[in-house]
Amino acid sequence: MPDDETIPTVGPERRLQLDDVEWRRVSPKYLVVAIVGRIVSAVVIGAAAVFLWLVAGWGWIPWVLPVIGVGFLIAIIIEPRRVRSIGYALRADDLVFRRGIMFQRFVAVPYGRMQLVDITRGPVSRVLGLADLRLVTAAAASGVAIPGLPEADAEDLRDRLVSLAETRRAGL
Amino acid sequence: MRFADGAWHRLHPATPLLRGGLAFVAIAGFVIANLRERLVDFFFRVPQFGDDPIDEIVNHGFVGWALLGVLGVLLAIIAVFTVSWRMHTFRITDDLVEVRSGILLRTHRRARLDRIQGVSISRNLLARIFGAAKLDITVAGNDANVQLAYLGSAATDELRREILTLASGARREATEPVALDQDGAEHPDASASTGARLGGLVNRRVGEFLAPELDPDAAPPESVVRIPLLRLIGSVVLTGFTVVLVMFIIAIAIGLSQGEFWPVLVVLPVILGGGSFYIRRVSRQLRYTIAGTPDGVRVGYGLLSTNNDTLPPGRIHAIGVDQPLLWRPFGWWRVRVNTAGHASRDRQNRENTTVLPVGNGADVRAVLGLILPSFTDAEAQGIIESGMVSRGGDDGFTNAPRRAAWLRPFSWRRTGFREHGSIVLLRRGVLSRDLVVVPLARLQSVALEQGPVHRMLRLASVRMQTVSGPVAAALEVVPADTALALYRRTAADAVEWASVDTSHHWGAS
Repeated sequence: MPDDETIPTVGPERRLQLDDVEWRRVSPKYLVVAIVGRIVSAVVIGAAAVFLWLVAGWGWIPWVLPVIGVGFLIAIIIEPRRVRSIGYALRADDLVFRRGIMFQRFVAVPYGRMQLVDITRGPVSRVLGLADLRLVTAAAASGVAIPGLPEADAEDLRDRLVSLAETRRAGL
Repeated sequence: MRFADGAWHRLHPATPLLRGGLAFVAIAGFVIANLRERLVDFFFRVPQFGDDPIDEIVNHGFVGWALLGVLGVLLAIIAVFTVSWRMHTFRITDDLVEVRSGILLRTHRRARLDRIQGVSISRNLLARIFGAAKLDITVAGNDANVQLAYLGSAATDELRREILTLASGARREATEPVALDQDGAEHPDASASTGARLGGLVNRRVGEFLAPELDPDAAPPESVVRIPLLRLIGSVVLTGFTVVLVMFIIAIAIGLSQGEFWPVLVVLPVILGGGSFYIRRVSRQLRYTIAGTPDGVRVGYGLLSTNNDTLPPGRIHAIGVDQPLLWRPFGWWRVRVNTAGHASRDRQNRENTTVLPVGNGADVRAVLGLILPSFTDAEAQGIIESGMVSRGGDDGFTNAPRRAAWLRPFSWRRTGFREHGSIVLLRRGVLSRDLVVVPLARLQSVALEQGPVHRMLRLASVRMQTVSGPVAAALEVVPADTALALYRRTAADAVEWASVDTSHHWGAS
């Protein structure tokens, strides 16, 4: 099949774009959840490194610590863009989800293929009134997790997806 | 007798024996034989006089008690097995199969017939001698199989036919119950006529035992694919395992020439293990047949223990045709499938995902024709042919561009895809070649991915996500524009084909 050149597809900076999709963003408050998550993992890794340095006597740890620190700092700095890159859209027949800047990922899940819609809330999310929505299909790889939805939206979305899945159920 | 009449039925009366009763008796006998002296010492606490234990029992007047004890244990075992057999019942209604089992812990398992992913019948050597068979109904999900072990052999085939008829969405035909000449469960008049009946029974058993694994009436002979014995042995020998083994043997030879003997001790177990590996693999795939029946593709194999799986239409989510490098000189291929039933994780049904262990190009085309009946015309034949052996270029596939050589230095010419109606074909690999066929009607989701290296080369990867299995339908190096277009088309087509697909209810008119 010849290349479908009629659709303008690859954006100016060689980034994959689906132009005709109106992406819905996750709540900006999710940025807090993401940054808290980063800080927690930074603290855990830092504590483990310091433990290895002081107790186990690994002398080279002080050289590695700044590298880890800078890595986490960069991760936290680009976190707002990463959160903005998360998007989802309910199209006529399927749900599309995207995330990632460096490693972009787009997934399209037909409504009829959804086996399960799951809502989870972490401790930080709960304080901010956010929830994560997870879609499960019969394919383990297609797991789509939309983080950082306001709780009411998440529940609406779940009910809507369940009813859509019910009307379009198509075997397995 | 018909099992699928909605009433509760019991399993074959020999079930307790077949399910491990014999093993239990054998083990108990072994233990008792070995520990006899100690047991006697333990129970009677008599000093050893050097006499036979039997004499001791006689001397102490324990004969009656000893016999009574043995009898009691035997009776208890038989009673437990009998009760367990009586409590284990199943029924098949118009849309459900239900199994109740267990004495203290009752389990009650129900499966919807229209969700059946496959029906498998296996008969191990012992079961074949007793004329029994095990029926496994595979349902989507982990550990969701419904197992009926054991049933009368002939009745099992009939039951499978009925289950598949019900699963196909066809209405149950209102015919007379077929008076099957069977020897299944619930046969009250076993003592009717002794001599002639016994002779007939033996004859039937021998007939069943010697009969070909595939019933000639079950499928039109031209649709049957078989594997010649030499090719089967060759395919098992020509694997990566053999290469490792040969390297080990060379290492030993070098070691011996240097006067070192210890490598022999290390490697001998490996070689012995290798031998048993080959024998197991070959014997498992002996008498392999694959055939198209009205109710799906039937794969059968086994010489002493036979096994056959029926995959109803519309249950296969992805098909992988691949050729390991060592098979290439012979032109052999292997066909594997992804199905939703996770019988593939089961120890005994490990080979369930392989529908053609080894075959030539014609066999592959025949098998693909059985699995995808809509994909058998001349054009489809050409597509399969070029998907399998073409070196790339302008052959109808959308292949990777030259810049993909940075990531796929050898295979980029051949790495591509082709859409044909409801089917997407992905082609990969140039040394060990690989063709993946995905029916869009079964596609679960589609993903498009791009990392930094891909972005520099203006490439992207497309993943057709199907249920898990040995076949991974992913194409790593697609031009970014093409990948986006393919992603869009596939996402839309998957919905469309899924909505018009009726193959999972193949019997409904």
